[in-house]
Amino acid sequence: MAEVAATLAVQDGMRRTRRLTGIHAWLLLLPALVLLATFTHYPIGATFVRSLFGGGRTGLGPFVGLNNYAAMLDDPVFWQVLRNNFVFAAATVPLSIALALLMAVLVDGKLRGRGFVRLAFFTPTVLPMIAVANIWLFFYTPGYGLLDQVRGALGLASHNWLGDPSTVMACLIVMVVWKEAGFFMIFYLAALQNMPPELKEAANVEGAGRWYFFRRVTFPLLMPTTLFISINAVINSFKLVDQLVIMTKGGPNNASSLLLYYIYEVAFSFWDTAYASTLTVTLIVLLAAVALTKFVYLDRRIHYQ
Amino acid sequence: MNYLGKLAFSGLMAASVLGWAGKASAVDLTMYYPVAVGGPLTDVVDDLVQRFHKEHPDIKVQAVYAGSYADTITKVMTAMKGGQPPQLSVLFSTDLFTLIDEDAIVPLDDLAGPEGKAWLASYYPAFMENGQTGGKTWSIPFQRSTIVLYWNKEAFKEAGLDPEKPPASWDEMVEMSKKLVKKDASGNITRWGVEIPSTGYGYWMLQALAIQNGQRLMNDAGNTVFFNDKKTVEALQYWTDLSRVHGVAPKGSVEWGTLRSDFLEGRTAMMWHTTGNLTAVKNAAKFGFGVAMLPAKVQRGSPTGGGNFYIFKNAKPEERKAALTFIRWVTEPARAAEWSIKSGYVAVKPAAYDTEAMTAYAKGFPQALVARDQLKHAVPELSVHENGRIYKLMNDTVQAALTGAQTPQAALDAAQRQADRLLARYR
Repeated sequence: MAEVAATLAVQDGMRRTRRLTGIHAWLLLLPALVLLATFTHYPIGATFVRSLFGGGRTGLGPFVGLNNYAAMLDDPVFWQVLRNNFVFAAATVPLSIALALLMAVLVDGKLRGRGFVRLAFFTPTVLPMIAVANIWLFFYTPGYGLLDQVRGALGLASHNWLGDPSTVMACLIVMVVWKEAGFFMIFYLAALQNMPPELKEAANVEGAGRWYFFRRVTFPLLMPTTLFISINAVINSFKLVDQLVIMTKGGPNNASSLLLYYIYEVAFSFWDTAYASTLTVTLIVLLAAVALTKFVYLDRRIHYQ
Repeated sequence: MNYLGKLAFSGLMAASVLGWAGKASAVDLTMYYPVAVGGPLTDVVDDLVQRFHKEHPDIKVQAVYAGSYADTITKVMTAMKGGQPPQLSVLFSTDLFTLIDEDAIVPLDDLAGPEGKAWLASYYPAFMENGQTGGKTWSIPFQRSTIVLYWNKEAFKEAGLDPEKPPASWDEMVEMSKKLVKKDASGNITRWGVEIPSTGYGYWMLQALAIQNGQRLMNDAGNTVFFNDKKTVEALQYWTDLSRVHGVAPKGSVEWGTLRSDFLEGRTAMMWHTTGNLTAVKNAAKFGFGVAMLPAKVQRGSPTGGGNFYIFKNAKPEERKAALTFIRWVTEPARAAEWSIKSGYVAVKPAAYDTEAMTAYAKGFPQALVARDQLKHAVPELSVHENGRIYKLMNDTVQAALTGAQTPQAALDAAQRQADRLLARYR
């Protein structure tokens, strides 16, 4: 009898401890939870609700269901900025990753003045986007900008780089790749430095060439980093629009406008809160899809050390 | 921060709180204002505010530079939706309908008191037009402009043209521009004939061309636009032809912000720009330059432009009165003349041109009077409901035509359709 009672008491104690631990854990999570709920989850919910009502700039109108979404699908500017954004992502993501990897491999090896080169590669990342945009605005200025001065010296005609719909996107892509690659290089560099030297030694003993070693050992082992970087790069390509404010205002004729910049215009130039919410929900869904792909699908297919 | 530092800091805080409490009888005003042209104009505004404080110690104005016109209205609207609008602001004169639709501002006729009528009549009527609708006056002109033609006299001489004779008609401008285009040995163009900016304010430039062709772009109620009327299409066609047919202007869009330096660098012999840039051009030009009214097709003409003072509804009665006191003070003839001299903007009152400072300045620099003289041909700037959308629509349309993506007719037809859809609910 006494034994049973003792066992029960122990079980009871354990249960209470477990419950207390649970409460303790929730209490520790509470501050972060409150902040996230207030500044992330509630606004997302409120934006979604707003997108279901009419009214635009005159305040909250009647419930209109999915009418705002139908209007969005009818809006040629929406399709154009979405197309622009995909072109922008499809170009900046692989280019900046490739450049970052190249730079990382370069400064990982033994090199005279390695610290200086690393610093040089990293500098664009430290500069604020607004400053970068102003510098590049000068590069692209027709006639006396840096690019046209070089072309002029070679006897080529000057070109209106940012004023021509066929070149403006490429100009912005080059600038963003230049700006982003240094940041991604840091991640690759860290991963490369963590790679066990035994692998290299073993490969040397086996007589593997440098390119073969890179292709079959280094690159696969960098995959977790590559994945992390590519997700970030994709998200950045939807998130970074500072340069548009300075350089093109989305022009000419929306040729360089991106989804987030269009949202800004609709919300803060046209004051159409209903439509801006609709576009915002679309952007959130797009980005959530990217993040989900990473967590659910890609993570399982990658070898972590 | 060390202990002493903390002590000093909290002492400072306490002192500022006490100081603020002590001055509670003074009226505090916050004013947002934009700068859209070159030159150190924020210093000029700060100086004006300082002098106002000396003369009116019971009113405290905090002047906040808020960026471009678009940035400034964004900040004002955001502050308003957050429940803390400024008491007064300088905003586009054309933001009128937007601000009325938002129920943000108060009419000034009653606020100005019994002698208000005479005071309101002391401004140029052309500038007052953009601030009046429904029989009421909602804003007071401050930094107002018209578009003028700047020309490089040395380039004219070099091209064998009379350096004192700017083009007076559309055809003349094309003919002269053809002579002014300069190429280097390998056939690349080093100087254009004329540049008209098409980013940011493309709608404004198109409006100027339309007026010269005898066409207004909107009605007085601000709910109908005339974008695809034959004469508007002709205006955009002429603009497009400058680069695409005559080859005297660069293809694609021309940036508003860098056009001034294009002109100063001699990259273009003529430019169309706001008179608000006059002083900045004068201070930086290394060559003789002239300022002229825009050329005519069937008539001379330019839209007015620039910013007006507005007083916001949230301001308490004594704040509204104080705001009006400031507005009256800063637009008095002497101050209006000073502001015009330091910026290039048109002084908003005829009386300002009779002041000693202005007559002396204009004697040595007659270019300062051109924009004012053009006022008799001026038409109110495009101002309708949904102004932000309509401006964007017009700017896109202009750029679509200039870059060759669409013909002027097709681009303007599409713009008219969209504008009609947007404005339908205001009719």
